[in-house]
Amino acid sequence: MQNRHSSAPVSLTLPARRHSNFQIVWSVLFILTFLGSYRLAQVKPLLLLEPEGRRNIWRFVTGMFPPDLSWDFVSLLGRPIIETIQLSLMGTFMAVVIGFPLGLLATRSLTFTGILNEREMVDSRRSVFLLRKGTYLLVRAILSLFRTIPEFVWAFMFVRAVGLGPFPGVLAIGISYAGMLGKVYSEILEHVNPGPLESLQATGASRLTILLYGLLPQALPNLVSYTLYRWECAIRASTILGFVGAGGIGQQLEISMRMFNFNQVLTLVAILFVMVAGVDVLSAKVRRTILSRSSV
Amino acid sequence: MAERSTQMVAQARSRGRNRLSAHNLIILAGLLILMAWSYVGTEFSLRQLLGGESAVQILTYIRKLFPPDLSTEFLLKTGYWTLETFAMSFLGTILAVLIACCLVFLSSRNLMFTGLLFEMEQSRPWIRALRTTLYLTAKAALNLLRTIPHLVWALILVFAVGLGPFPGMLALGIHTGGVLGRLFGEVMENVETQPIEALQATGASRLQILFYGILPQVLPECVAYTLYRWEVNIREAVILGYVGAGGLGQQIQIAISLFLEHRLLTLILAIYLIVTAVDALSAHLRRRLT
Repeated sequence: MQNRHSSAPVSLTLPARRHSNFQIVWSVLFILTFLGSYRLAQVKPLLLLEPEGRRNIWRFVTGMFPPDLSWDFVSLLGRPIIETIQLSLMGTFMAVVIGFPLGLLATRSLTFTGILNEREMVDSRRSVFLLRKGTYLLVRAILSLFRTIPEFVWAFMFVRAVGLGPFPGVLAIGISYAGMLGKVYSEILEHVNPGPLESLQATGASRLTILLYGLLPQALPNLVSYTLYRWECAIRASTILGFVGAGGIGQQLEISMRMFNFNQVLTLVAILFVMVAGVDVLSAKVRRTILSRSSV
Repeated sequence: MAERSTQMVAQARSRGRNRLSAHNLIILAGLLILMAWSYVGTEFSLRQLLGGESAVQILTYIRKLFPPDLSTEFLLKTGYWTLETFAMSFLGTILAVLIACCLVFLSSRNLMFTGLLFEMEQSRPWIRALRTTLYLTAKAALNLLRTIPHLVWALILVFAVGLGPFPGMLALGIHTGGVLGRLFGEVMENVETQPIEALQATGASRLQILFYGILPQVLPECVAYTLYRWEVNIREAVILGYVGAGGLGQQIQIAISLFLEHRLLTLILAIYLIVTAVDALSAHLRRRLT
């Protein structure tokens, strides 16, 4: 409040620096949280400097060099690398298949408010309205459940349920990313320009027609771009899923780590780096093409 | 009139045909091939999932989860682990900001050797070389911190300092430090140059320009990024326990490995609550601060 008054163009003197309640309350909270967390997390910075810790870190660093580039080891990696890529692709695909319909149901402007639903409001068909709103809320809750549980935990549970291998990994990425895609899809769809929708409605178009010809063409570039971004994240995630036995390169990483073969770890990390960086570049390029073509 | 409308129809048709142009068809075909390739490679089976063995297995597992273990004793312990996870994510994020702030100034090109601030620099090649080297080193360090997944960092640090939430917090801080360093750097390299130019014209030193010209511009965006990464970190903190870095993750690992499904459901509910709470808090703060 203070700031808004003082920024009036006439006041040439600098406003006295007064701390708002907001600042004071949050600073105190911050400090308390910090102190509490410091105790709770059992922070002991000295541990890093103790001979034991130092020796271990040193062992790790020196153990990494030279990286293990022997053919025996490298030839083992071809399949996990390919599997990681396949896992991320299939997981993202599954996430789209689950997330898109849920995203549509979680779009407020499609389900119960806005111009598409004006008639329902006027006719005061309350039961239909409530049913639609109920569906919307339910779908939102499902989406947020899907995405708050980390994909790693999903993978862990799916490995328990259906056994080892890339299949549970795909399910884990599919479920948790469906939650994120669904939420973001609905946000994108809610923010499209309503003009075309209104004119389509005026011609008597059905809801499906409006969706296909009014909503999707506007939203498609953003939807595709976000999906690609998620695929990038899926690659990163699927490198880790192997830790719980859900296939991919992570499995090898865990084995090497547990066997203290740090030179293999270095090779694997280098491969991860190349993969992640490559996907970053590729996806950024494709996204730029899509978004620039749509704006023309 | 009629002629014009037929023209328009023809145009629309050609546009429609455009949609099925060779270019788009190739992209579509490529996508389908990729899909088929990964479908086979991941041993994915739709039939299994929609009614076969896997579906039965998953449903059985879900049924085993209920009811959640709501005994007071376990709830209290879960509360403690939840707070521990929260503490890890909170301190990890703070550590990340510290690391990022140390490295970001060195890894911003416009602060180190190019652009407005260095137009007047006399051509002293060795200073320039030193600055470029510092820049490249900082950039490489950030990349290294960022590319190694937090789980691997946690493994390394558990190995170095022992079990508990402390290595988890360090792992989060180090990995996120790399991420934030990159994001902050991008923000810093894209600042508005006019205020800087104006300050420079008054004869302000480089440090003054940094404090009065650059930082006020980048701060809101950096705070927003930090809060956003905090949201990511609370999820990652849940995972880190898997390698022995404390918090909910460790208990989840125990619960899954020892078939304590009722407890697992309680822990999952705890994750849901803490993640939702942090998301809401961070969204609220972002709205207030930016």
